[in-house]
Amino acid sequence: MSTTAFLTDSTLCIGCKACEVACKEWNHVGEDGLEWSGYSYDNTGAVGASTWRHVKFVEEPPTPGIGGNAGDQASWVFSSDVCKHCEVAGCLEACPTGAIVRTEFGGVFVQPDVCNGCAYCVVACPFGVVAKNREDGRAFKCTFCYDRQKVGLEPACAKACPTESIKFGEINQLRAEAQQRVQVLQDRGMDDATFYDPTHTSVQGTHAMFILRGDPRTYNLPPNPEVPTTYLRKGWTSAALAAGLLLGGTLLAFLTDGARDAQ
Amino acid sequence: MSNQPIRLPEPQADRERRLHDIRREAELSGKVSVRGIRPQGAPFPKASPETGYYGIPLLKPPQWTHQIPLYFFVGGAAGAAAVVSAIGHYVGAERKLVRDARYIAAAGAVISPALLIADLGKPERFLGMMRVFKPQSPMSVGAWTLLGFGSAVSAATFAGLMRERYGPSFPLAILENAGEAAAIPLGLGLATYTGVLIGATAIPVWNQNVGDLPLHFAASGLSAAVGMLELMGHSKSRALQALGMGAALFEVWEGIRIEGRKHTHLDPLKHGTSGAITRVGGALSGPLPTALRLASLFAGRERASSLRRWAGASAVVGSLLTRIAWLRAGVASAQDWRMPLEVPPDAQSWPDKHPEFDSRSKAENT
Repeated sequence: MSTTAFLTDSTLCIGCKACEVACKEWNHVGEDGLEWSGYSYDNTGAVGASTWRHVKFVEEPPTPGIGGNAGDQASWVFSSDVCKHCEVAGCLEACPTGAIVRTEFGGVFVQPDVCNGCAYCVVACPFGVVAKNREDGRAFKCTFCYDRQKVGLEPACAKACPTESIKFGEINQLRAEAQQRVQVLQDRGMDDATFYDPTHTSVQGTHAMFILRGDPRTYNLPPNPEVPTTYLRKGWTSAALAAGLLLGGTLLAFLTDGARDAQ
Repeated sequence: MSNQPIRLPEPQADRERRLHDIRREAELSGKVSVRGIRPQGAPFPKASPETGYYGIPLLKPPQWTHQIPLYFFVGGAAGAAAVVSAIGHYVGAERKLVRDARYIAAAGAVISPALLIADLGKPERFLGMMRVFKPQSPMSVGAWTLLGFGSAVSAATFAGLMRERYGPSFPLAILENAGEAAAIPLGLGLATYTGVLIGATAIPVWNQNVGDLPLHFAASGLSAAVGMLELMGHSKSRALQALGMGAALFEVWEGIRIEGRKHTHLDPLKHGTSGAITRVGGALSGPLPTALRLASLFAGRERASSLRRWAGASAVVGSLLTRIAWLRAGVASAQDWRMPLEVPPDAQSWPDKHPEFDSRSKAENT
């Protein structure tokens, strides 16, 4: 079985949120964010326990005359965000119960029958994706439609996307496709077209990659996401030092103290 | 739905004319020299590399309940108390001191899982921690440490109680000694692992201080354990005075480390509610007990004992506040959108710069 991935192309996204709806319908994720956030037509602001796909709206003041923009309409870039399914996943490493596993398709999956709601994955995710549902008490995030992939179907969001902005396929093939697509866009004059796939950090790449226009930070994507396990060595070294000092200090304190019980 | 037709805004002749002129200029020269039209609703909230995605935080804040800082406090004190008890037991220190330290450890071993279960919501969920052992997960290491700690300390406590009631016997001596022997490494683990637990996360204020946290938490746990013992009447023990002084001096050093350095990641420890709690907790953990302990060295016998009880009480409260402060700082740190995006600390998000748009609800999604 080859490993699969999403390639989300923001230059093709029309902001219809069909991916959000399809995800909720297929996975029975509860309603949230019917209120406007006030930031363009964004409802939920970020992915979370009840939002597994989230369309970001980057709105810009119009540039009149260029491209025939009307003077009173904003220009937009949309980008559908999702769990990144990191190659080295912080949530998976942190999970103490083994509830979070790597599936045969390369995705990161939270087994709901095993998760005990310790919420450690929440602080271990460098992309702020996984979250605890406070009513239910367990952690939830995108499942990479494990159930659909299991029977040979593509994930619900990719299936529903009307513009093929969300592409689903074999990861290496998609990486090659992305490079080509960025080249095509740049040739067309979109000099700011970039490919987001943080292979240069300890995350070592993701199974959800993005084609963006401009800086990834505009879309709340960190330039250098790090897996928290990189801090373990320093932490345990300090803990060993602390344990040594605590033990040595206590021993010293009692040995120099003359107070003894007559045995 | 109403059957009223949708009303479109009236065309504005002057705006349309100006737009026409601008388009014409763009067509001819390829650029526009005049200021553009100000559309309805402008200025628009802006997402950009400098202002982030409308200032919506990238990271999720810790979703732990208030039982978790309480557990850090109880577990830290219990772990350190177990070490004090075990070393005292083997060195042959005052029996009452050893016993009281053991009681603190045993009480902590009972209260800690209760607090964790309260955070998880259902008792059987704690059993999930026992499914696997994952050395790369500090949460898993901690859960197993706590389980082992509870067993070791209860064995030692049980054997000690039996010995006191029915007199010494060989099996009880084995159980007591084995319990105390196991309680040393497990107590050391329990007092220090929580620093690694929050240090190895994506939260900047925690992971940037991962080298300090285990030492800081161990000192905090020790000063709390010593303080509790002094309050229980051991305010004349020289060993406890030395340990309390060492822990308080380390907390002074930690306070200097936090206050003396200028790093963006330290901001939640200096500003806002989390900053205030950090400072009060720090003062009660470090400088105040140090001063009281120093004063007790030059005071008369009874006065010294009273000063040390005050130092102990201050350290206990300081330790609790320190744990609360670090967790609140983690929440504040996660809500600062600048750190993970590597944006300069003085950068402002669009809504920050335009408070008149504060009525726009900040998207909260958990």
